[in-house]
Amino acid sequence: MTDTNPPSPSRRSLLGWGGAGLALGAATAGGAVALAHGNDAAPADPGAAVPFHGMHQAGIATPVQDRLHFAAFDVTTDDRAQFVQLLKDWTQAARRMTAGHPVGEGAYGGLPEAPPDDTGEALGLRPSRLTLTIGFGPTLFERFGLTDHRPEALIDLPKFAGDNLDTARSGGDLCVQACADDPQIAVHAIRNLARIGFGKVVIRWSQLGFGKTSSTTPEAQTPRNLMGFKDGTRNIAGTETDRLRKHVWVSEKDGGPSWMTGGSYLVARRIRMHIEPWDRTSLQEQEDIFGRDKGEGAPVGKAKERDEPFLKAMKPDAHVRLAHPDSNRGATILRRGYSFTDGTDRLGRLDAGLFFLAYQRDVREGFIPIQRNLATDALNEYIQHVSSALFAIPPGVRDKDDWWGRTLFSGEA
Amino acid sequence: MRPVRPATVAIAVAAALTAVTGCTEKGGGKDGDRVVHVTATDDKCEVSKKEFPAGHVELAVENKGSKVTEVYVLFPDDRVVTERENIGPGTEQRVTAEVKAGDYQIACKPGMKGKGIRQAVKVTGGKAVQRDPRLDKAVAAYRAYAQTQADETLPKAEAFARAVKDGDLDAAKKAYAPSRIGWERTEPVAESFGDIDPKVDVREDGLEDGQDPATDWTGWHRLEKALWQDKKIGDREKELADTLITDLKDWQKRVGKAEITPTSMANGAKELLDEVATGKVTGEEERYSHTDLVDFKANVEGAQQSYELLKPVAEENDAALVTELDRQFAALNTLLDKYRPNTASYDFTSYDKVGKADRKELSDAVNALAEPLSKLAAAVAK
Repeated sequence: MTDTNPPSPSRRSLLGWGGAGLALGAATAGGAVALAHGNDAAPADPGAAVPFHGMHQAGIATPVQDRLHFAAFDVTTDDRAQFVQLLKDWTQAARRMTAGHPVGEGAYGGLPEAPPDDTGEALGLRPSRLTLTIGFGPTLFERFGLTDHRPEALIDLPKFAGDNLDTARSGGDLCVQACADDPQIAVHAIRNLARIGFGKVVIRWSQLGFGKTSSTTPEAQTPRNLMGFKDGTRNIAGTETDRLRKHVWVSEKDGGPSWMTGGSYLVARRIRMHIEPWDRTSLQEQEDIFGRDKGEGAPVGKAKERDEPFLKAMKPDAHVRLAHPDSNRGATILRRGYSFTDGTDRLGRLDAGLFFLAYQRDVREGFIPIQRNLATDALNEYIQHVSSALFAIPPGVRDKDDWWGRTLFSGEA
Repeated sequence: MRPVRPATVAIAVAAALTAVTGCTEKGGGKDGDRVVHVTATDDKCEVSKKEFPAGHVELAVENKGSKVTEVYVLFPDDRVVTERENIGPGTEQRVTAEVKAGDYQIACKPGMKGKGIRQAVKVTGGKAVQRDPRLDKAVAAYRAYAQTQADETLPKAEAFARAVKDGDLDAAKKAYAPSRIGWERTEPVAESFGDIDPKVDVREDGLEDGQDPATDWTGWHRLEKALWQDKKIGDREKELADTLITDLKDWQKRVGKAEITPTSMANGAKELLDEVATGKVTGEEERYSHTDLVDFKANVEGAQQSYELLKPVAEENDAALVTELDRQFAALNTLLDKYRPNTASYDFTSYDKVGKADRKELSDAVNALAEPLSKLAAAVAK
């Protein structure tokens, strides 16, 4: 990282970042943001900086980075002013880190007797498309007299069939999703935010992720999950302004609190995979379970991954069939999940799976009906949901004077 | 037990405070400029000159009183430049030292007790480094605190040792945790004597390569294991009880000479919290007795003592930090009080009865305090 000009954002990161600068103008004016800026050949620069300011938070429609460090926090202070100050301090740190700068006065050069402001492990690395996305959990609203501001859509998630949730790594008053192309950058970001937060917030649980399992860039191949399958081919792309508006961004017309306009709702689920039994499952059964072939990823009876699936050709309990919008009255979510491996468990089994992250305009129309429909999913024999959390994702930080959560905490729209 | 560190307090802010302590010399040195005559009586401590040049200085001490006395040359923060004990009535001894420019005190201690009768002296020439007198005062007060802790620990440790030697398992268990409190409160100072810490506070896994637990493991935790795990006291344990006292007496004697500076006090406070964070909240420190919360409380008290002494200066430089530290010390102490029925006593809940969620809460509170505490050194060094 350097203290001089950060590398300019690549074309693609601007596109994916629907709310930023020029792209925002185009999006609101005409909608066809993807076509508004030429030079389709420009590849995504994995080291670039993603703009922090905008109408929506980065890290949602942004092209999915390779690595994740997701952290859920509990608030420990009862002092509202102190908490608001933390949000401002965090915003400033996030603004600096996403631009590739160290936190505060940096990692060296200060008083030798005192610890430096920045922990230093990101020195010399590029911004790596770091995005930091904050969310507010249902329990936050019980504090600071905010119950009147809790959106109706921020419900307490119902229990789903097969859930085996560990409460110690579920929920949280706050979350921060750090995505970057370099794991060191993502870990550095969460570590430094946690450090700034000591005394006001504490980490409740966190999850590292690698190998994105979904793409928000349709021209890219859908990445594979740890079962070896492509899943979520029809994910919402960062360039699909209309679908984003319809399924992801909260609108002032939604009837919820105005502070959420431009925000979204995030469901985070740690889905453990029974890796060893899966690996002993016949190819035919694996393909039947997903409703796709393993090599190309084509839906049953089709040749190419992106061919329109014919759901009735699949087994009634096939995953793709049950998860598809057509089986869920059009319910659609934006997925940006990651694979995870936390070593092996005490029985020597790979502790691995999918850290599922889904953004939507309203979980009651997004995740919940889909997850309910998945109660009969053949895949359930090989997976188990072990942690769960829901967060309201506030709108983006507009400019250098704005801060995370201002619309909620200052009562301004 | 902590990894042995080179004198914790390596950060010597005032370079002027380096000195070579001297020893007695009979008739050595040349008289004249270099000799300062000190006349000690039972209520006076007269010096022949109050200002002398930097460099080699010799004190000619004459005890004209009726009690055995001792004479100290002290830095402004009470650290010992040099000292001479056991100067009998009617005898004369010579003490030498190398001193740099600055303010010092010469103290006579008739009966070898207390703060002594003091005379301010000035050493001139060379480059003197001036330090905020409030910080000197803070260091002196902290040094006195560390000494008091050592002094008050000895009888408690002796009670513990006696119970072990009597073969009284229950009494020894009861006396164990209290015997450690003074040590735990001043651990960064105690650790600055790198040779004492491994003798009295090492855990079995802290032994160095090639050390044999059967013969080389000494100190509190070795006895802890005998009392709680093996549940028996043998000849070896009785022997070790004596060794512990010998080693603690060594500590008591040397506390006054510890290198202490304002920043080392501040960082020492943070280190006490680090001790808590790495050893106590995990239950590793007192793995047999589960008296971790007693050590925990003592560590916090020691850190708070250091902080309170530095607070007047820190407040001037960083008022927001002081507000935060006050808040977090209070929060942690309140939390700790949940684990003792009576705040006048050090009977804390056995740590094996403290559940995972409660341990996390304790750990969170330690982090909440230790993070701002790590900024205290900067606030006093400004």
